[in-house]
This record gives sequence, structure tokens and C-alpha cells, in this order.
Amino acid sequence: MMTEELDVSGQDSDGGSEEVVLTPAELIDRLEQAWMNEKFAPELLETKSEIVECVIEQLDHMEENLRRAKKGDLKVSIHQMEMERIRYVLSSYLRCRLMKIEKFFPHILEKEKTRGEGEPSSLSPEEFAFAKEYMTNTETYLKNVALKHMPPNLQKVDLLKAVPKPDLDSYVFLRVKERQENLLVEPETDEQRDYVIDLEEGSQHLIRYKTIAPLVASGAVQLI
Amino acid sequence: MLCEKAMELVRELHRAAEGRLPAFNEDGLRQVLEEMKALYEQNQSDVNEAKSGGRSDLIPTIRFRHCSLLRNQRCALAYLYDRLLRIRALRWEYGSVLPSALRFHMSAEEMEWFNHYKKSLATYMRSLGGEEGLDITQDMKPPKSLYIEVRCLQDYGEFDVDDGTSVLLKKNSQHFLPRWKCEQLIRQGVLEHVLS
Repeated sequence: MMTEELDVSGQDSDGGSEEVVLTPAELIDRLEQAWMNEKFAPELLETKSEIVECVIEQLDHMEENLRRAKKGDLKVSIHQMEMERIRYVLSSYLRCRLMKIEKFFPHILEKEKTRGEGEPSSLSPEEFAFAKEYMTNTETYLKNVALKHMPPNLQKVDLLKAVPKPDLDSYVFLRVKERQENLLVEPETDEQRDYVIDLEEGSQHLIRYKTIAPLVASGAVQLI
Repeated sequence: MLCEKAMELVRELHRAAEGRLPAFNEDGLRQVLEEMKALYEQNQSDVNEAKSGGRSDLIPTIRFRHCSLLRNQRCALAYLYDRLLRIRALRWEYGSVLPSALRFHMSAEEMEWFNHYKKSLATYMRSLGGEEGLDITQDMKPPKSLYIEVRCLQDYGEFDVDDGTSVLLKKNSQHFLPRWKCEQLIRQGVLEHVLS
């Protein structure tokens, strides 16, 4: 049942489209990697819409195949379990993203507003719409219930200041997929100095997220 | 003591157990807003006195009242925002229809916020592709098995199982049903997962 290959269109840094053909197993691998990265990263990561779309397509195919299959066939149960597992990972991934969007909404929307032309977005178009609606809904509520009844000079509140930012200094566990040389680690306190480390392929580390954030985005490390 | 009422609002939520939503304290909020109005008016007249009457000795009091105003604003907004977060959690816990006991604890405006949130979430889930999108409020736990044993805690009536058959959910009846179909009913308290 799972022998078709799928197209995942990615954008490379020149803004051009590159077609990468993945087997279903590779697609689910990519989903699980995106899921774990999103779970353990303190901030909202880049959107992976193509993976989400392909996984949903894959689930639809599997459902179609199951409907045509013989009832009571053992294969049916096994494939149903596989579908449930995939659906769980996908739902968990999307839930994790929504929770971060709601938690950090002013900062995420500000980042999107000031995003450069070539920079990838952290939000899918649908997540962006959701985030804007969440902001409007909350702002309107606070205004109508409290702010507009307050003295004139206190009727505005700066949500960027009032809502906490993600803590990029929090520590994360990672496994190195691509060897990195001369990674600059900034000191935590003023007494310490900058130092440089190498990350060997396959090694595991506990390190501040901020130091390795770009490596998560590029796929050079996997958060665990 | 200034800002006492505002502190009470914050304390009320701090004391409420994890996720619990106490009744909306309309009175408390109103008193905070009234205190803010009084402080502001006192400050207005003192500022005029200070400017025209040369009463610069009033300035520390003016500053103090301004700090109280800021504190009241911050406490009031924290109270309201924290309640919104609890209400948001209700959508994920209970589904789109809230038990009436909880609805009584919400103000009309909070209900409106909840309705907008529900709608926004539904639009997002529908957009996820496939025919009806993907309901991500399901599948909250990793699946351990396809079918689970459940006991019915209340009379629910007919319940459709996938392959066209249906079961009658009567109080105390036990059934062996697909896990994902039961999830929401378990959360609502209609079914109970029997762990043997």
C-alpha cells in the first residue's frame, strides 16, 4: 500500500523551487523530525507546509485503500494503527505550533511584519490568519471590557511589552547530523569568555538554544 | 490601601486550582475601574495646582497616584487575560459546547471571545486539506491500541461505529470500540476507559 512516491516542493535560498521526491517512509521521518524540533524549541520554527500537505494526502490515500480492502484482513488493523500513529504525530505537531502562536502572538506577528523579502516565514498563510484573528479578538476584548473604561492616558497597552517573549536562552538537547566546525559559544556571565567548539556528527549535546538556532533551521542538528 | 481590589482579583485567580474558572468578578473589576477614575481626577486637579499655584510639593503624590494607576491597569489586564487563557483551555478540554456550569462563570464578553476563538480554530482546522480538514483537537494522546474497552457512565443513545453498525450507549453498558471515536466522549465524561 505504501509504495507510491510523493513530491515535496521546497524553496531553496534563491527563491527557486526544487522538487524533492520522497518515499512515504522518508516523508514520515521528516514529519517526526519537524515534530520533535517543534516540541523542544522554545520559539516557533519555520513553517513546513509542504510536509503537512503531503502527510494529509498520504493519510487520505491510506484511508481510500483501507475502504477497498477486505474486512477482517489483518493488514487492515496494522494499517489502521499506522494511520492513527501518523495522525497523532501530525496533530501533535500542529497543536504545538498553535500553542506557541497563541502564547507569543504579538512577537510572532511583529516578526512577520518586519520579515525580509527572501526570509522564510514562521507561519503558513492559514496560521497567519489564525494569529491575526487571535490578536484582534483579544485586543478588542480587553479594550471593550477594561481599557476604554480607564482614564484617557491609560487606554492603550503595548502588547509587545506586556506579553513575554520566548526564552531563547533555554537549554535544549540535540543530536548532530552534519559536522560543524568552529561554532562560537557566547558566555552566560560576564566573567566567562567566548569559546569555540566543534560538533562531531552523531554526538549529543546540551546547549543553549540561541547558539544553535540556525543549525536547527538548516537541519544540521536534530533536537531530542 | 490603594490597589487592594486589583490585588484581590489577581489573588482570586492565583488561588483557583489549575485551569479552574471561578465566576467572573464583575463587581471587583468595576471597583478597580472606579478607583482608577478617582485617582485620575485627583491627579488632574493636583497637576493644575502644581502648575498654576506653584505647588511643586504635590508632585510626589502625583507620581504615587500614577504608579497606582499603572498597577491597577496591570492587575486588571492580568486578571482578564489569565481568564481568557483558562477559557481557551476549555475549548480543548470540552469541545465546542461547554457545560452550562462553566458558562455561568463567564461574562457575556468572555462568551463572545470564546465564540470567535472557536470559529477561528474551526476555520484553521478546515483549511488543513483533505475533504473536511483535520480535527487536531482529537488524538491528544499517543495511540496505544486500536480498540479500547469502555463503560458507559450516562445514557447517551445511539452511537455510530465506522463500518455502518451502531451501538446503544446505555448507562453501565460496556463496549469494545475504536479508540479514536471514544476520545471526545471520554473527555466529556459520557464514557469511561476500562483498564483491566
